Amino acid sequence: MNNPDDTQNISVEPAEPIITINGMHKWFGDFHVLKNINLEVRRGERIVICGPSGSGKSTLIRCINRLEEHQQGTITVDGTELTQDLKNIEIIRSEVGMVFQQFNLFPHLTALENVTLAPIWVRKMPRAEAEESAMKYLERVKIPEQALKYPGQLSGGQQQRVAIARSLCMNPRIMLFDEPTSALDPEMIKEVLDVMIELAESGMTMLVVTHEMGFATAVAHRVIFMDEGQIIEERPPREFFENPEHERTKLFLSQILHH
Amino acid sequence: MAQNQAKQAYAAGAHPDLPPPVRTTGPVGWIRANLLSSPLNITLTLLSAWLLWSIVPPVLNWALFDAIWSAIDRKDCWAQMDEPRAGACWAFIRGSFRLFIYGWYPEPERWRVNVAFVLLLLAIVGVLRDNLPGKKYWLWFAVAFPFIGAWLIVGGFGLTPVGTQKLGGILLTVIIGVTGITFSLPLGIALALGRRSKLPALRAVCVIFIEFIRGVPLITLLFVASTMLTYFLPPGSTFDLLMRVLIMVTLFSAAYIAEVVRGGLQGLSSGQYEAADSLGLTYWKAHRLIILPQALKISIPGIVNTFIGLYKDSVLVLIIGMMDILGLGRARLNDPDWLGLAPELYLFIALFFFLCCFSMARYSLSLEKKLETGHAQ
Repeated sequence: MNNPDDTQNISVEPAEPIITINGMHKWFGDFHVLKNINLEVRRGERIVICGPSGSGKSTLIRCINRLEEHQQGTITVDGTELTQDLKNIEIIRSEVGMVFQQFNLFPHLTALENVTLAPIWVRKMPRAEAEESAMKYLERVKIPEQALKYPGQLSGGQQQRVAIARSLCMNPRIMLFDEPTSALDPEMIKEVLDVMIELAESGMTMLVVTHEMGFATAVAHRVIFMDEGQIIEERPPREFFENPEHERTKLFLSQILHH
Repeated sequence: MAQNQAKQAYAAGAHPDLPPPVRTTGPVGWIRANLLSSPLNITLTLLSAWLLWSIVPPVLNWALFDAIWSAIDRKDCWAQMDEPRAGACWAFIRGSFRLFIYGWYPEPERWRVNVAFVLLLLAIVGVLRDNLPGKKYWLWFAVAFPFIGAWLIVGGFGLTPVGTQKLGGILLTVIIGVTGITFSLPLGIALALGRRSKLPALRAVCVIFIEFIRGVPLITLLFVASTMLTYFLPPGSTFDLLMRVLIMVTLFSAAYIAEVVRGGLQGLSSGQYEAADSLGLTYWKAHRLIILPQALKISIPGIVNTFIGLYKDSVLVLIIGMMDILGLGRARLNDPDWLGLAPELYLFIALFFFLCCFSMARYSLSLEKKLETGHAQ
């Protein structure tokens, strides 16, 4: 449920919407996962999505690059509507980067090859240029020295940073993060969050599913709380944490904050 | 008190790495751990030693030390021994060696077989070796080899034609094995992908094909190839028997490869597909660059297993009257000059198959090791 009053509180400079989701529903078989989702994301906006497990938050961002197909309503990404049209799906996927909970690096390729693969095969970039660009992004995520190692030889935090570099090397306009730190050991969470904060400061449009509330407070323009496949609450982080409106939100926050 | 001092002797991380106790490493440690670790193992070790002692020397004496390498017939062979049949009569194999290799391939044209064999070795090296200069051209050559090889063997286009009924022995065995292996792998991969396709018609065709082929014994398929196919073909048309056999063997092995590769495909996490999708890779690019390299790597033991099975099953063609190495060898046993030398013959054939299959097995192991890149995801 969208509360129109909330949108006035957002502290972004007015910019045109880059993602528009209207009346979107999704089912897994008979199971109604997402119910009447309405969401508008502006260029450069950073949104954190949280909620209990099974609330549909991962499914929501996976619909944005069509890893999941929605059955009703519309999703428009940067002027292109997601339909059955494979061309549109390809256009959107090449503009939207995604980082997964389990990293999903390609284990048979080195870190560098993981990063250069899509620029070479999707963007048709010459190999030398792709490698130069890949090294730039590996430096940006602070692991250029691991470029020639295989994912199996890297720690979880390093793997996740390679995964971020892999997405960035496609020059995406939007980055989706699906619980990027949930599979990491505690001492590695910070190195990944630091990279994400740096990315946020560079003005990237980001949708992040996470329970890292420190990250939300530091960089998010809006926090979205989901439960039972619906958007329950949608407010700037400070208000969201200090003064949640709904009982369900209060209960959720009390559970994750006093833990 | 003493314990406390020991704990504080080194700061954290400063304790030197000490060598392990002598009794646990080196030859002594190996013998203790592998041969004498328990009373049961000591008994088994002694038993094995006794078995080896009673089997290996007599076999070596028969096969090597007392063996006769040149003779004109079996009587001559036995005359050269201390007592008849004390040693192997390898003269029999030597005398028939060229027949075993070339079959009835015409004498003046046998250079073509030799050239084809050298080209085959080059093609294998080109495919299996990395870091060859001009790897791309080697691969193109390997793709072209089956056609070049077929041209050299059967002739035509400037070479004297040689009928396929003249093929026999090791030549025939290698032709069936290599053709089956080369064509069943791509066909098997295609079937595996088809079986996992989202298109129901394609999936149904692949499932029916795989299950039908797997559900029928190879010998039956070979009989179909040798007899029934003529009923389906237009009357009067001739379709070479060897060609039919090659097609059947390829299809048979492809069905098994398909199931092995499908297992490999299912071993990949869905995250690999999702990562490839999210980067904008198309279905074909994702499979070529991400999915198949990993799935095939997982499937190597199963694929090589199928290849070895196919190579050995090629002897079944003797049932439909083709003279591969086994069929030809058995025919030679009827030669009155060499009656009763079956052990020599079968040992030779066994050794031939063992060398071929063992090299495949070793290569697959080294390939697995080379492709190992740390923990799979």
